[in-house]
Amino acid sequence: MSPVLELTGLARAYEGRPALRELSLTLEAGHTLGLIGPDGAGKTTAMRIACGLLTPDQGSAKVAGLDCLTQARQMRALLGYMPQRFSLYPDLTVDENLRFFAELHGITAAERHIRREKLLAFSRLEPFVKRRAGHLSGGMKQKLALACTLIHEPRLLILDEPTTGVDPVSRQEFWALLGELASGGMALWISTPYMDEALRCDEVQLLHLGRVIAQGPPAEIARAFPRRILRFPGLAPAALTPLLAGLSGVTVHRFGHDLHVVCDTAQEDALRERAQSAGLEVESEEPGLEDAFFELVAVAELAA
Amino acid sequence: MSSVNHTGRAVQAEQLSRRFGDFTAVDGLSLTVEQGEIFGFLGANGAGKTTAIRMFCGLLAPSAGEAWVDGLSIRTQSEEIKRRIGYMSQRFGLYDDLSVRENLEFYGGIYGLGQAEIHSRGEALLARLDLAEWGTRRTGSLPLGYKQRLALGVAILHRPRILFLDEPTGGVDPVARRAFWDLIYEVAADGTTVFVTTHYMDEAEYCGRVSIMTAGRIAALDRPAVLKAQWGAKDMQAVFLRVVSA
Ligand SMILES: Nc1ncnc2c1ncn2[C@@H]1O[C@H](COP(=O)(O)OP(=O)(O)OP(=O)(O)O)[C@@H](O)[C@H]1O
Ligand SMILES: [Mg+2]
Repeated sequence: MSPVLELTGLARAYEGRPALRELSLTLEAGHTLGLIGPDGAGKTTAMRIACGLLTPDQGSAKVAGLDCLTQARQMRALLGYMPQRFSLYPDLTVDENLRFFAELHGITAAERHIRREKLLAFSRLEPFVKRRAGHLSGGMKQKLALACTLIHEPRLLILDEPTTGVDPVSRQEFWALLGELASGGMALWISTPYMDEALRCDEVQLLHLGRVIAQGPPAEIARAFPRRILRFPGLAPAALTPLLAGLSGVTVHRFGHDLHVVCDTAQEDALRERAQSAGLEVESEEPGLEDAFFELVAVAELAA
Repeated sequence: MSSVNHTGRAVQAEQLSRRFGDFTAVDGLSLTVEQGEIFGFLGANGAGKTTAIRMFCGLLAPSAGEAWVDGLSIRTQSEEIKRRIGYMSQRFGLYDDLSVRENLEFYGGIYGLGQAEIHSRGEALLARLDLAEWGTRRTGSLPLGYKQRLALGVAILHRPRILFLDEPTGGVDPVARRAFWDLIYEVAADGTTVFVTTHYMDEAEYCGRVSIMTAGRIAALDRPAVLKAQWGAKDMQAVFLRVVSA
């Protein structure tokens, strides 16, 4: 059987400026694939090609074996897509929007009621079903857009940064719902700026300047991190500067209330010595996906 | 209420409320933000953050209560408030068809800056925001992270005393978010008060104090370290989940 989504050697430029240089992937039923990368890496371009909304300069896109360009109509019946800017009907209420999208996809009334309950639960929009969409808050609109996309349960769901503006509680509930859909056999392709969401995918691809610079299960990408990370608990950022004097290539990233000092093994020895003579505490930190993101993008940037 | 000493405070709200029909979006909000603070204004979707910020900026009238911004009443001095604050809205409000430089010039004009000042301040900001090479690019064609930096530039063009940022980093990648917070610290280092909303809980840790709103009210307010201790949580993500689900 063909994979649910298969992209082969996709490339696309806008007015001579390449947006996507080379992207290939296969996605099977029941799997979740994450797409991460800096702004302008080509994520939206890739998703629009897979939805048959944009013609690639090179390569091919297939959904369940159907060509996304020449068999677009049959292909779209299998697909749910939420673009970065999804348009709701501002004059329709929350309920009317849900109903409109359900009818658009030919969903029976009985089925619609079951799904409506689930979607209103994750989105916490139940008290607001009679409110006009135009009067919702930013995050509430985003959650209604998600609910409208999920009201038809397609074989493939493509979501372009679906949780922008969504609060931490709803993000958690939204991912629980995605987990249920994937267990039911749906294939999910999701772009996100949240590394905690990327960690919940079976696999991720890191896109940079239109090319995949890392891919695999997220935990493995983090594990392959080639350098060392140190933390100095309780140390103010300003106090770190003298500690790093003369050590070139050491990078520092803020992580919430912590600083991650990224260095090589030789530099680690030097830093530990300096910390000891200054009477400072030092701890090693396990690299996470976000550390890997910074490192891989920085290396790719130097090579570009 | 007017006996409260609100002078010298960046923001002070006393029982501030806003209703839409029979729905109360902001419900008796009271808080004080001192000059020079970086204050994180967090909360669940629909909690009333944007509504409250719009009242502080003099864009929306309160239904009840009062607030002072830089010592000025939002009820009676909203025009003067607009000159003293910078506001970056959840949707940036830049003109897509104008170039980067033209957006700065346009807003400089709105704030009543003179030609020479718009020019010198604009060029200084473009350099500081790392946008100098992009000056002639059409704003609509910029990547999101650049638009967001330009929106910040526009908001601080007239050297406001208080800067209101409503989800300035929504949808922005991890590298660009760090870079944006470096800029926020720079602005704050000049003495500007920063009042910022975000749904990224690592950013909550970068604030001096934060409040967490649910259903129009403040459910928690303190320094991140104090909130974590109070709620027995390892990070602000866990604090948020506990406060909002409580
Ligand atoms: N013009 C309006 N008419 C009716 N209700 C409104 C109007 N404007 C806002 N509301 C309601 O007020 C509440 C608060 O909205 P607000 O935009 O302030 O939330 P928020 O905290 O900024 O949320 P988010 O995190 O999603 O941006 C929401 O329930 C919203 O639907
Ligand atoms: Mg808002």
